[in-house]
Amino acid sequence: MTEAGLTMLNRTADSVARATPEPLARKVRGISDKGLAWLFISPTILLLLAINIFPLFWAIYLSFTNYRANRPNEVVKNVGLANYKRILGDQDIWIAMQTTAHFVFWTILLQTLIGFTLAWLIDRKFRGHAFWTTIILVPMMLSPAVVGNFWRFLYEPQIGLFAYAISFVSGIPPTDIQMLSSVSLAPWSIIIVDTWMWTPYVMLICLAGLRSIPEYIYEAAEVDRASNWRQFWSITLPMALPFIMLAVLFRGIENFKMFDMVNLLTGGGPGSTTEVASITLKRQAFESWRTGYSSAFAIILFVAVFGLANIYVKALNKVKQR
Amino acid sequence: MKSTLKLTLGLASAMLASTAVSNVAYAEDLTLCWAAWDPANALVELSKDFTKESGIGMKFEFVPWTNYADRFLNELNSKGKLCDLIIGDSQWIGGSAENGHYVKLNDFFDKEKISMDDFVPATVVGYSEWPKNTPNYWALPAMGDVVGWTYRKDWFSRPELQKEFKEKYGWDLAAPTTFDQLKQIAEFFQKREIDGKTVYGASIYTERGSEGITMGAMDVLYSFGFKYENPDKPYEMEGFVNSDKSVKGLEFYKALYDCCTPPGASNSYMGEGVDAFKSGQVAMHMNFAFTWPGLQKDENVGGDKIGYFANPKGPDGGQFAQLGGQGISVVSYSDKQESALKYIKWFANKDVQAKWWSLGGFSCLNAVVKDPNFPSSQPYAQTFLDSMAIVKDFWAEPSYAPLLQASQKRFHDYVVAGQGSAKDALDGLVKDWTSVFQDDGKM
Repeated sequence: MTEAGLTMLNRTADSVARATPEPLARKVRGISDKGLAWLFISPTILLLLAINIFPLFWAIYLSFTNYRANRPNEVVKNVGLANYKRILGDQDIWIAMQTTAHFVFWTILLQTLIGFTLAWLIDRKFRGHAFWTTIILVPMMLSPAVVGNFWRFLYEPQIGLFAYAISFVSGIPPTDIQMLSSVSLAPWSIIIVDTWMWTPYVMLICLAGLRSIPEYIYEAAEVDRASNWRQFWSITLPMALPFIMLAVLFRGIENFKMFDMVNLLTGGGPGSTTEVASITLKRQAFESWRTGYSSAFAIILFVAVFGLANIYVKALNKVKQR
Repeated sequence: MKSTLKLTLGLASAMLASTAVSNVAYAEDLTLCWAAWDPANALVELSKDFTKESGIGMKFEFVPWTNYADRFLNELNSKGKLCDLIIGDSQWIGGSAENGHYVKLNDFFDKEKISMDDFVPATVVGYSEWPKNTPNYWALPAMGDVVGWTYRKDWFSRPELQKEFKEKYGWDLAAPTTFDQLKQIAEFFQKREIDGKTVYGASIYTERGSEGITMGAMDVLYSFGFKYENPDKPYEMEGFVNSDKSVKGLEFYKALYDCCTPPGASNSYMGEGVDAFKSGQVAMHMNFAFTWPGLQKDENVGGDKIGYFANPKGPDGGQFAQLGGQGISVVSYSDKQESALKYIKWFANKDVQAKWWSLGGFSCLNAVVKDPNFPSSQPYAQTFLDSMAIVKDFWAEPSYAPLLQASQKRFHDYVVAGQGSAKDALDGLVKDWTSVFQDDGKM
């Protein structure tokens, strides 16, 4: 464990010790307050080590081997960086990463735009705004399994309401609107569902940001005769920006590892059109049983998300300090 | 008051009795693992006789097809003790034998005088042997299955449709005997109005996630001349997997998908196929034979309305069909192997096999399927026999999973997504499969 980590643990132990009532501390003879605190927090630390830290290090170890979980009797060989080299040179992996990037970009863009607009409208506190807030939040409260299944029915070209609605507007026969079967439409079918489901989440965070802006700033702007447009660009947006960025961070991390919705709606198809990185990873790990290879892929994904998130958090901090 | 008391006491007794019945304790309980489908229900019914005879209770762990391989291969790989008996897919046999998941049954068969000569040869090779075509047995053939076709006999027999078809194609509308005929029929029915409803030509396998499109495409490719490897040089695939004949076969499958399937049928496997046929959407339906008893009984499309035919011939007259089905094995991690072997001995019995067929299971025992009354025992019995005589199976190597994943991707990319050509798909498949066998040290 690093020195910083130990210092943090000691601090935690100290704060727990300070919080322990005096009589209880006296009752446990032979154990110092600090020891007692360690005793209390050690199960949690052990649990964290067992279910978080150990699997991470184990996966790193496996990523340098040819281990396959379905061949328990086979000798495990160290293959060095071979798995990493193979992944970075695998065209299918790069296509999956591009698909993931496409999905992350469009979902975040749409969710942020629509989410912020909804938050801004709700913040106007019009009559019945509480009711509409609740209605808007409903998709977010549903289970992804339920959402995936009912959207699959909605997208059905023969019986789906979505196809009929589009047909009504465009005049295209509903059986020609094959959202999940068409190479060009399938990625958008997932983006639509994800946007429908998670825009309320972005809206909530943005709403918190908008509500945190003190009223007197707007009053001062009114006194200075700033137009609504000017107020929006000079007060609302800059002051809500840290919240918007936070929502983007959360949704970005979530969508980078998106699995459930894609699996339920298209299973990665048609062909490999919607095969995002997590689907490829699952196929390699649990269908092809290339455990070493998939561990290396998981580590690469982890480093990528961790690295990007770190850069982003630094940018977020800069915005907050302004 | 008295009657209320009586009623309460009666209900309480009934509840107690029902609890007692459901918790009957046996000296030992065996757990049998299989897929959740119609034949599994028939096996539950059949196994009651085993419990009666042996005093050994039976528990069942059935998992839907979509999770069947994931769930049970995980169980076997982790040396789990959940399953004492397992009816594993035919492609698992290589891996399960080499990784020590299954008990080798040769000594047991010798001791109990169970002869593999008593079973349909294709099922012995497909479900029991590893390495293939050697007398090393890891399972008893349990559930014969093969891809075949059902069709709407009532539509085919309509005079106005027969007349129109004859005028258009020059031959009588009937169950096809070649793939060319099958496509013509599918085109004829595509988007046709029948009884005020738009219907489509055929339902075929296109599923991406597990094994669907591979089973469907291979079912066609075999008859066009596809071979997995050079018969004289194992694992040499260049010129066999991607031969001109194979390319034509894959092009045919894509053409069939493009011209004649219902809208949105881009991820269709066994369940979706049954739904399409039962709902009266399609004139023909590709599916494993296990679906036939259920369809035969269906009020809307079964009875006299349904017909069956074996996989048609390819352009050169080759006629093959994709093998399905499974053998029953004893799991080597089970603590109840002796009782599990008793179950296998009981299951191999002729009378039990005859009852298995009558309940909806597909027996592989010669004594059952070669019985003179067998072809007339069910409307689909003859088609089942014809189909079982022409089967071929996918790789059953220990690396079958990555081999299958590669074909799923290559076939779906070409057939459904329309990316590249059939030649590109099959060349890519040779490359992927070569890489898998090289990793295994077999090339």
